[in-house]
Amino acid sequence: MKGQALAIILVIMSGVSTFVMLRSTMSSLKLTQKRFYQDYGFAEVFASLKRAPESIKSRIASIPGVEQVETRIVADVKLNIEGFNEPVTAKLVSVPENEITLLNRIYIKKGRMVDPWKDNEVVVSEAFADAHRFSLGDRFGAVINGKWKMLEIVGTALSPEFILQIRPGGITVDFKRYAILWMGRSVLGTAYDMKGAFNDVVLRLSSDANASDILVQLDNLLNWYGGLGSYSRKDQMSHRFLTEEFKQLETTSKLFPILFMGVAAFLLHVVISRTVSTQRDQIAGLKAFGYSNLDVGIHYVMMVFLIVLVGVAGGVVVGVWFGRGLGRIYMEFYRFPYLMYELKPSIVITAILISIASALVGTLHSVWKAAKLPPAEAMRPEPPAKYRKSIFEHIRLWGMLSQPTRIIIRNIERRPIRSLLTMIGIALSCAGIIAATFFQGAMDFMVNVQFKQSQKEDMTVTFIEPASRKALYELKGLRGVEHVEVFRSVPARLRFQHRSYQTSIRGIEPDNRLHFLLDTHLKPINIPPTGIVLTDYLGNILGVKPGDMLTVEVLEGTKPQRQVPVVGLVKQYIGLMGYMDLYALNRLMREDQTISGAYLTVDSLNQPEIYRTLVEMPRVAGTFVREDEIRNFYETQAEALLFFTFVATLLAATIAFGVVYNSARIALSERSRELASLRVLGYTQTEISFIFLGELVLLTLAAVPLGCLIGQGMSAYLAKAIESDLFRVPVLIDSATYSLAVTVVVVSACLSGLIVRHRLDHLDLVGVLKTKE
Amino acid sequence: MNRSPIEKQNESSATDGKIVFKVKGLKKVYGMGEVEVHALRGVDLDLYEGELVVLLGPSGSGKSTLLNILGGLDIATDGQVTYRGRNITKATEKELTEYRRFHIGFVFQFYNLIPSLTTLENVAVVTEISRNPMKPEDALLKVGLGDRLNHFPAQLSGGEQQRVAIARAVSKNPEVLLCDEPTGALDSATGVVVLEVLERINRELGTTTVIITHNADIAEMADRVIYISNGLISKITRNTVKKQPREIHW
Repeated sequence: MKGQALAIILVIMSGVSTFVMLRSTMSSLKLTQKRFYQDYGFAEVFASLKRAPESIKSRIASIPGVEQVETRIVADVKLNIEGFNEPVTAKLVSVPENEITLLNRIYIKKGRMVDPWKDNEVVVSEAFADAHRFSLGDRFGAVINGKWKMLEIVGTALSPEFILQIRPGGITVDFKRYAILWMGRSVLGTAYDMKGAFNDVVLRLSSDANASDILVQLDNLLNWYGGLGSYSRKDQMSHRFLTEEFKQLETTSKLFPILFMGVAAFLLHVVISRTVSTQRDQIAGLKAFGYSNLDVGIHYVMMVFLIVLVGVAGGVVVGVWFGRGLGRIYMEFYRFPYLMYELKPSIVITAILISIASALVGTLHSVWKAAKLPPAEAMRPEPPAKYRKSIFEHIRLWGMLSQPTRIIIRNIERRPIRSLLTMIGIALSCAGIIAATFFQGAMDFMVNVQFKQSQKEDMTVTFIEPASRKALYELKGLRGVEHVEVFRSVPARLRFQHRSYQTSIRGIEPDNRLHFLLDTHLKPINIPPTGIVLTDYLGNILGVKPGDMLTVEVLEGTKPQRQVPVVGLVKQYIGLMGYMDLYALNRLMREDQTISGAYLTVDSLNQPEIYRTLVEMPRVAGTFVREDEIRNFYETQAEALLFFTFVATLLAATIAFGVVYNSARIALSERSRELASLRVLGYTQTEISFIFLGELVLLTLAAVPLGCLIGQGMSAYLAKAIESDLFRVPVLIDSATYSLAVTVVVVSACLSGLIVRHRLDHLDLVGVLKTKE
Repeated sequence: MNRSPIEKQNESSATDGKIVFKVKGLKKVYGMGEVEVHALRGVDLDLYEGELVVLLGPSGSGKSTLLNILGGLDIATDGQVTYRGRNITKATEKELTEYRRFHIGFVFQFYNLIPSLTTLENVAVVTEISRNPMKPEDALLKVGLGDRLNHFPAQLSGGEQQRVAIARAVSKNPEVLLCDEPTGALDSATGVVVLEVLERINRELGTTTVIITHNADIAEMADRVIYISNGLISKITRNTVKKQPREIHW
């Protein structure tokens, strides 16, 4: 029973390690997040505006519920890094030189804070410094409010506000092309003509404050100063992504362990049943000597507990190891200054309880049977197995089947529940791999739709301020620029009945060739001349369908409020927004032909020159290169995906191996006499191997399509569980994922089958035939 | 040349019968931990075509060991066994499998039927791999089970199961039938029925039949009785008059 116990232990270990890995990582990240937020004063309310005098600060502070206020100057800037010929942008955030920062304090990792008397000193985000291998004292160029400046790095830092550093419009972190920079308040005040003024404010609230009321009051106050809409911490970009990540971890930490524990329960059931069956005479003997039913029951329960506890112990150790590995991967994306890895006792206790509960569910009946077995009955051999004619015997084909094949089919049919559960166990292995690895294929698809099907531009240029359409010609005139299409982008709050959502509306040219909208079947559609088209997920949030009237509250300029009909829903996997015809948006804004940026196609030979020119162009806030986005996405995701694929494959292989090995060992135990008889009758090793393994081969082959189906279901569940306004994962399982799953299952099953088949070579033909069944 | 009494008796009653098995100096030693068990200590024996032989001896005498080596199930430690001139003591695993497949029919004490196959299928499982088998139905008719073709072993009595086992063994038209305690798990009435079948098969088909038993009464139906004790043949007797199985009681 050693081999079988080991197989079950491995399955339990897989379940427990998955649970421990995911839960401990989640709790460690949450703990780290909480400590980081607490220790570095992460704000609770955020608002950006055009410009307001510092005197407004006291009015903000007097809003009931506001405990602390900090005003800042925040701006988007372009950088020029020597030796790196691609566009780099940064968010520049002011830090007070002479006062202590109260909110969103930065953690200086290396170096020091900026010197108030030096106007070229900067502290950079640690990830950006690492990506470019900057050292303290290194310099780079920056265009700050249209003026070129050489900046010197005096420190690298992290901030609770920028744990995740994704630039607006980006899909993943890009440490090489996006930085967070901190500079002195007075330096930025001079650069942006904001001495005694601010364009960004963060608040901390009292514990009993009503956040929504405060947001309304803050917006009312900042409206006069070009407020762009306040939001609470839950909508802050970095915090949002972290929250969604925790949600994902929570979902997977429930789903996968259930899968493993279910299989473990089944395996324990089969093994203990068989053990009780082969030990009937020993049970009889013990009872004859005076052992009670309870003693016998406790014996088998202790056997089960031992297996479970060894599995749990091993699973916790492996889970911690995996958890630390996963934590390291998360630290690549989520820039905490440290990771407070902890293994809460509650996680271990929960793992133990779940494992024991699963084990008891699987074995209680068999243990009960053993305990209640009357001694006299236990001394008698078990009644012979009852076979009946197969349901396939009504088919003509039955007559053509060889006796060995009939043995295989009848054995499967004799224990239909066990055969079904074996098949389901193997199928779950296949399903587990599919569910754990479908993300890769799904993300490929998302990137393909977002960046290849719906976008044909080489570059996207955004302006610091909305500009006249004439800016188009400035771009067209650049050497190497082949085609330009403009767009307008405005922040807005969209309302329908009692629901609202803050996003942006993009106005695109009606006869555009570079940027397409795709309908829910991913077919390109033309932007209608009037009305607004919404991302389908946004339509769901607002509860609107084409034909409904949406209230659009623009958060820019004159902040018009309009009723706009919804004229369509489009498919978008990343982010969500509204789309309008460019001229219709201009009309809504009551403005002339105004644009916020442009899409460009360029000659690749001139690309570096175009970058440099755009960096120096005062009106340009930033440049995105589509190919860079795609390449960066795959580079940053590669390690994480590899880790998940490795772990999923290993654990799923354990299930397949465990189920097939266990089934094979049980089959050998139950049928060694039959197989030995056939050997005596003249059957070769190969022929009895066919009979022995044929049942498992059939069950494995049947399990594969079932597993693919279950895998689809699990993937759909996961995709639904993690969908949010940040991204939606399509349930698209590509052939590579199916191939991996099927290969792992088949190889694991073959390997375990062959290991057991090896025992057939050592069948004691004489010994087996001498004993009564 | 002077021959020992055993050698003299080691001749068939039909002395012009062909030798099927020739056993010379056969030894078998088992290792049981640190102890060596000498199951056979140098057995010499000839078995002739068409005869019905009973190997009689108490438990642990070596009779099963001898049968297993004759049947290609076990390997001798020393000595030689030839089957129709072929040395089977030097045969490879593959050759022994082939030998059992085409030449030997086995009947076991505990029947060893395949529980998932019907009576007919249990016989067919052997005829399917044989060179020149009889029809499974015919084999079953010979043992009087023509009306139980579609029953599973669990639905048959012990005697019926043993008859199915005999049908399975003879269905391949083997040259040798080896029976290890064929009546050991049966009551005497049922055992007699089984012995009748074996006697009829031996008579009608001319199959050389070796029956192992510790029951001396059964020996009265044999052509020769080989007494084996402590790993050696102690004596061989010939029954000048063979009893019919129905005349045997125990």
